[in-house]
Amino acid sequence: MAKTVLTVDDSASIRQMVSFTLKSAGYEVVEAIDGMDGLDKAKSKAFNLVLTDQNMPRMDGLSLIKSLRAMPTYRTVPILMLTTESSDAMKSQGRAAGATGWLVKPFDPQKLIEVVKKVIG
Amino acid sequence: MAIDMSQFYQVFFEEAAEHLANMEALLLAIDPATPDEEDVNALFRAAHSIKGSSGTFGFQDMMEVTHILETMLDRVRKGEAPLTDDMVDASLVAGDVLKNLLAAHRGEGEADREAAEAICHRLEALCRSLDTTEQAAGPEVSAVLSTEPISATGFDLYFRLAGDATADAVSLGHLLEELSSFGAVETLAAPADGGRACHLRIVTLADAETLRGVLDFVADGSSIKIEPLLPAAEGEAYGLFSEEALADSEPYGIFEALPEGGAAPVVEEAYGFFSDVGGTTEPYGFFTALPPLPEDPTEQKISEETAYGFFEPIVEILPTEVPSPEVTPAAAAQSVSGSPAAPGSAPVATAAKKTAPRSAPASDSGSIRVSVEKVDQMINLVGELVITQAMLTQAASNVDPVVFERLINGLAQLERNTRDLQESVMSIRMMPISVVFSRFPRVIRDLSQKLGKQVELKTIGETTEMDKSLVERITDPLTHLVRNSLDHGLETPEKRRSAGKPEMGTITLSAYHQSGNIVIEVGDDGAGLNRARILAKAKERGMAVSDSMSDQEVWQLIMEPGFSTAEQVTEVSGRGVGMDVVKKNIAAMGGRVELDSMPGVGTRITVRLPLTLAILDGMSVGVGPETYIIPLGYVMESLQPERGMMKSVSGVERLIQVRGEYLPVICLHEVFRIQGAITDWSKGIMVVLEADGQSAALFIDQLIGQHQVVIKSLEANYRRVQGVAGATIMGDGRVALILDVPILVGMARRVMPAAA
Repeated sequence: MAKTVLTVDDSASIRQMVSFTLKSAGYEVVEAIDGMDGLDKAKSKAFNLVLTDQNMPRMDGLSLIKSLRAMPTYRTVPILMLTTESSDAMKSQGRAAGATGWLVKPFDPQKLIEVVKKVIG
Repeated sequence: MAIDMSQFYQVFFEEAAEHLANMEALLLAIDPATPDEEDVNALFRAAHSIKGSSGTFGFQDMMEVTHILETMLDRVRKGEAPLTDDMVDASLVAGDVLKNLLAAHRGEGEADREAAEAICHRLEALCRSLDTTEQAAGPEVSAVLSTEPISATGFDLYFRLAGDATADAVSLGHLLEELSSFGAVETLAAPADGGRACHLRIVTLADAETLRGVLDFVADGSSIKIEPLLPAAEGEAYGLFSEEALADSEPYGIFEALPEGGAAPVVEEAYGFFSDVGGTTEPYGFFTALPPLPEDPTEQKISEETAYGFFEPIVEILPTEVPSPEVTPAAAAQSVSGSPAAPGSAPVATAAKKTAPRSAPASDSGSIRVSVEKVDQMINLVGELVITQAMLTQAASNVDPVVFERLINGLAQLERNTRDLQESVMSIRMMPISVVFSRFPRVIRDLSQKLGKQVELKTIGETTEMDKSLVERITDPLTHLVRNSLDHGLETPEKRRSAGKPEMGTITLSAYHQSGNIVIEVGDDGAGLNRARILAKAKERGMAVSDSMSDQEVWQLIMEPGFSTAEQVTEVSGRGVGMDVVKKNIAAMGGRVELDSMPGVGTRITVRLPLTLAILDGMSVGVGPETYIIPLGYVMESLQPERGMMKSVSGVERLIQVRGEYLPVICLHEVFRIQGAITDWSKGIMVVLEADGQSAALFIDQLIGQHQVVIKSLEANYRRVQGVAGATIMGDGRVALILDVPILVGMARRVMPAAA
């Protein structure tokens, strides 16, 4: 069974790109338009990996990660932050919130596949 | 696996345009003195989103502008700097520049690089002025503006030296010399560090191919890897790994460090690869478990509890997944792509299987994006369906309704379904007029500043929907009308004060539906039109005018070609496009312009447009062997004339008296020179038409029926014919012409103005 990835981003183009890229690499991908939507979708299904943007309306990436980590299903699921902010402060906040890693935007599809493969195979 | 990024461009374009529009609306609404925190956040997010996606899709120039804009907005958002008028202005200009760049990427027009650079400098200066001690957004970021997708201000060069290892130092020396002619070169890894792999970073305008050409001389061709250096990725994205990883010069060395950590998964060592020192090449990294915080035992307990077990799955995967250090990243990705699920994450996967219900649809934001062509194609097909349905109905009208009852019922059903289908398809194209109105706050802001007038814009009925093609075509004429109202209509604050009016003038934009039309009004509370001046001007221009003309007729004069009452041609309105062009453009859309004005109170310009350009409710009439369609909106009544109703003036022209009113008569067979038409008044039919507030009677042979007709352009297929608005295909397959009623009525009126 294909591994499932939840991609959370308020930008439709990024979502589409991530989704297309990962689907072409054989993953099943579900899109969510912001943290709130991501949380809802994460509740409805257990994903193997969550990719989230940081800056989004309604609920940002860090809050999403914290909320997910509070759920038993997502205690161990890898969560990657896809973010344009790569400052140390952002990283330590991400780490503290429970993110597994980060990937700096802009990134190319190849790299995304590569990182996802490393994380969930 | 190469992913073609261009397939995502369309979505990016639309998304960026939306963000830009949103940004502009926010900027116009914002009060710099007391900015709403949420608005500032939304502004930042818009810039941030554009930056993120433009970078990802390789629109470097847009990314550069948004990067600086974002930097500035971020400071405001974090409360580090107050929002100023200057910032709002600069942000608006930046928005314009971005729109221009976006349009250029879409292939619409030229990118204005100068403007882009200028706004970068302006924003940078603003950033710097916020805090002189802190370094503002890197100036080099904006130093180079490129329009080519996937171009960068520099490149990371990875390669292995070819030839004899002993000559490495010499080859590298030559190479560095050669490269430095293209830009600043930084050596991040060289053979001296061990191994023969090199990693150089060059800041240059040259393209990747040029650099590859240079590298080819000394490097092993297959080992060359050139990665664009993206401004946002600078610094942080490359600053994560230890020197050992670098010395290896494998840009993807991170996972070599991992097994080590994995082999001894000791909490203290969990951060082994998460080194903050040294330049690295990885734009991504992995966090591990939270560090124990010895100074706070409670914290530690929590962090242990929530230690997420990240290490285990990763470690289990790694031994099977880690490519040898010699494998290039691309090859590594290829070798693992499509590989079966690694055992490491199996527990998660099974959990997913047990608990997962069917996932929700991928994107349920409630709307989808469809290209206009697809919708248009659908509308065309439905149009054809309407014709076919009409044809069937007509064919069935000759059969015996008793024998073919079911057929007749079925056809009636088909007619209803077709109509419903048509309505819903047409509604797809409908857009709220707010799409047009939303641009006016900006127009008015810019213009009122320029003119030194104070203006408030009121909009009413923004949700009124109209056809997308009309929305696009009405924008320019409407902009012109608004500019006109502001420039010529509204007075200066001084004049307003002396006239006892509030200094702040008002421009009102309203839209509503009225009997199958959409009505858009542009009103101002300015000085109003000056009847005497318009008449004097018209006389001066040699137009046929008389003092007895009605106000309506006088106002219409200002829409005649070559008429302009503005004594000075101002920068705003004097651009060669006059009211006559507005009138012509609106007429081309099947619309009409009316003016109302009262001295000292204001002027109101009313634009009436058909709801859609594609379909029309028409009355079909017969004249001799021909059939014509009269748009139903113009038909007031039809009657069979009696001899006593007809009056003649000067023996030639005819008038008909209807309910005490004398109307000019238009004989359709005379207009189109049709042979074999009825000429005896008492045997034909008079259709009373009203257009532009004037009436006339159209003499025809017979009424045939009422249809919804699909408008086909006569101009596009033949040529423009006076008095004909278009053509349609009737149920029997014949072509019928659609009458241009306002022109016909106007013709009749011009022939006998005295009859009014």
